[in-house]
Amino acid sequence: MTTSIGNVASVAARAGGSVVRQVRSAIDPSAARPAGAGQPASGWLSVTVFREPSDVDTAALPAPLAEFGDRIEVRVRPAPGGKGTELAVRLRDRPSGTAASRLTGSDPQADLRSALRRAKQLIEVGEVLAVDPAPHGRRTATPGGALLEAWTKVAPKAGVR
Amino acid sequence: MKAVTWRGVNEVGVEDVPEPKILNDHDIILEVGLSVTCGSDLHLLGGYIPAMRAGDVLGHEFMGTVAEVGRNVTKHKVGDRVVVVSFTSCGQCWYCKQELWSLCDNGNPNPGITEALWGQGIGGCYGYSHALGGYAGSHARYMRVPYADQGAFPIPDGVSDERALFASDAAPTGWTGAHQAEVKPGDVVAVWGAGGVGQMAARKAMLMGAERVVVIDRFDNRLAQVRTHIGAETLDYEEVDVPAELREMSGGRGPDVCIEAVGMEAHGNGPQYLYDQVKQQLRLQSDRPTALREAIYACRKGGTVFALGVFGGLVDKFPMGAVMNKALTLRGAQQHGHRYIPEILDLMARDEVRTEHLATHVMSLDDGPRGYRMFKNKEDGCVRAVFRPGA
Repeated sequence: MTTSIGNVASVAARAGGSVVRQVRSAIDPSAARPAGAGQPASGWLSVTVFREPSDVDTAALPAPLAEFGDRIEVRVRPAPGGKGTELAVRLRDRPSGTAASRLTGSDPQADLRSALRRAKQLIEVGEVLAVDPAPHGRRTATPGGALLEAWTKVAPKAGVR
Repeated sequence: MKAVTWRGVNEVGVEDVPEPKILNDHDIILEVGLSVTCGSDLHLLGGYIPAMRAGDVLGHEFMGTVAEVGRNVTKHKVGDRVVVVSFTSCGQCWYCKQELWSLCDNGNPNPGITEALWGQGIGGCYGYSHALGGYAGSHARYMRVPYADQGAFPIPDGVSDERALFASDAAPTGWTGAHQAEVKPGDVVAVWGAGGVGQMAARKAMLMGAERVVVIDRFDNRLAQVRTHIGAETLDYEEVDVPAELREMSGGRGPDVCIEAVGMEAHGNGPQYLYDQVKQQLRLQSDRPTALREAIYACRKGGTVFALGVFGGLVDKFPMGAVMNKALTLRGAQQHGHRYIPEILDLMARDEVRTEHLATHVMSLDDGPRGYRMFKNKEDGCVRAVFRPGA
C-alpha cells in the first residue's frame, strides 16, 4: 500500500470510528470514548497475561515490545484474584496533538497497543495469530467496503478511533 | 476452490477462491465434509451486522477430515474425522482457562471493532464478519482451523457426519444456554425459537433434569420436530398468548428459566413488532428484541433470562423495570463450545442426542444461493440447508 492510499484508509477508518463514537455519544455521553481506544491520562497501556509474574521478564520482553527499546517504560505486577500478571507499558515521549497525528496515520500509542497485544499472545500462546491471507472471492469496490477494509487495518491495534 | 460467498445485502454467490494455507504452527487445514447454514448467518445476509465485505466466504458450523497439520499440532493427524467448534479460542488465556471460551483474549485478530462496539473484544468466529476476526468461512472445499488442538474434536466411530455436524455450533450453543442459565432439576424452562439452537437448548435442559420444557415458535414443522425428536412441549405463538400459557403451565409462577434462541431479527405479533421493524429498517435500533422482551415478561420472579440468540448492538424499549423489580438474572453468551463438545459427542454416540433431523436439505456448494434462500424463507419446511463441498 502506498503512503497516500494508507492515509486515505486511515482517514476513512477515523471516519468509521467517528460514526461509532457519535452513536455511542447519543446513547450515553459517558460512553463516547471507545473503551479500546480511549487513552488514560497517565499514558499507561495494560494487558493481563495469564502467567505468573516470574514468567514475565521485563529484561527479556517479547520482540514486539523489545523493539521499542528505551522509548517505553514497563511495569509488571500481579493481577488480583489469580488472574495472572498485569503487564503495562508507556511511551516515554507521548505525542500531544493526538488528533492531528492520527489523521496522518501516525499513532505511536496505537502501535504500542498492538505490540502489547502481540507480546501477550507470545507469552501465553507462543505465537501471534495470523488471519491474512484469508481466502475470499471478488472484492467489489464500494465506499462501505473501503471503509470496512480501512477499519480492519487499524482494528488489530486498538478500538476504532 | 469453490466457495459460497457474501456478495452484498441479501446476495449470496458461488465463486472460485484461493485454497487456504497454514499460517500458524497450531493450524490444521480441513477438507470440509459438511457445512451448514445457521440462523445467525441471516443477520449477515440482511446487513444487520455491517462488517462483511463482498467476497467473504460464509459458514461457521462444519465437520470434515484433516488434510494437513501445522508443526505444533499434537492431537490430530492427516485423515482424522473431526468436528470443529465455530469459535477460535487460544486455550491459554484466563478466559479460556475459566472455560469461557468464546471470550478468548487472543482468538480475534481484529479486536478493535468489537472493543469499540461493546467495550471489550471477544474471541473470533469463522465466516462471521471482520468484527469477529475476518476468518474465511466453511462453505468451501478446504478450511484453515487455527488453535486446532483446542477447537477440533475427533468424531467417535458410529456417529454419522450428519449428526456430528451439529456438534460444531447448534448443540454446544444450546448447551451453553441451558448450562450457563443454571437449569436445575424440577425447573420449568421455556425456550423461544425452535430452530437448531433452540431444540438443543431444550434437549440440554431436559438432560439437566428440568420438569417441563416448553419451546415456542410459529412453524408447525419445527414444533413437530421438537415434540418428536426432542421430547419437549410446544407453543405456537400465533395461536396462543404465550406468557399466559406459560403461567398456566407453571402453576401461575412463570418459567424458572427463559432461554431466548431467536436473536436480533425476531418476529412477533401486534404493534410492538411493527414498531421494532420500522425502527430497525430506519437503523434507529440495530436489533429487534421481540422475543427477549416476552421472555423477560414471562419469567418468574427471581428467575433467569438467557439471551442465546445473536444480538449485535442496540435494542429499544427494553423492559428494565421487569428485570429490576422481578429480581431477574439476565445473562447471555456466544457458545463456549470447547467445554461442551466432548460431552455432546459422547451423548451422540450413545444416541441420547440426535440431530440428523435438522439437516432437512443437503446440497452441493453450487446450490449455495438456493440453500440460503430456502433457509431464510423456510421454504419446503427447511430447518437447515447443509452443503456437501465434495458433491
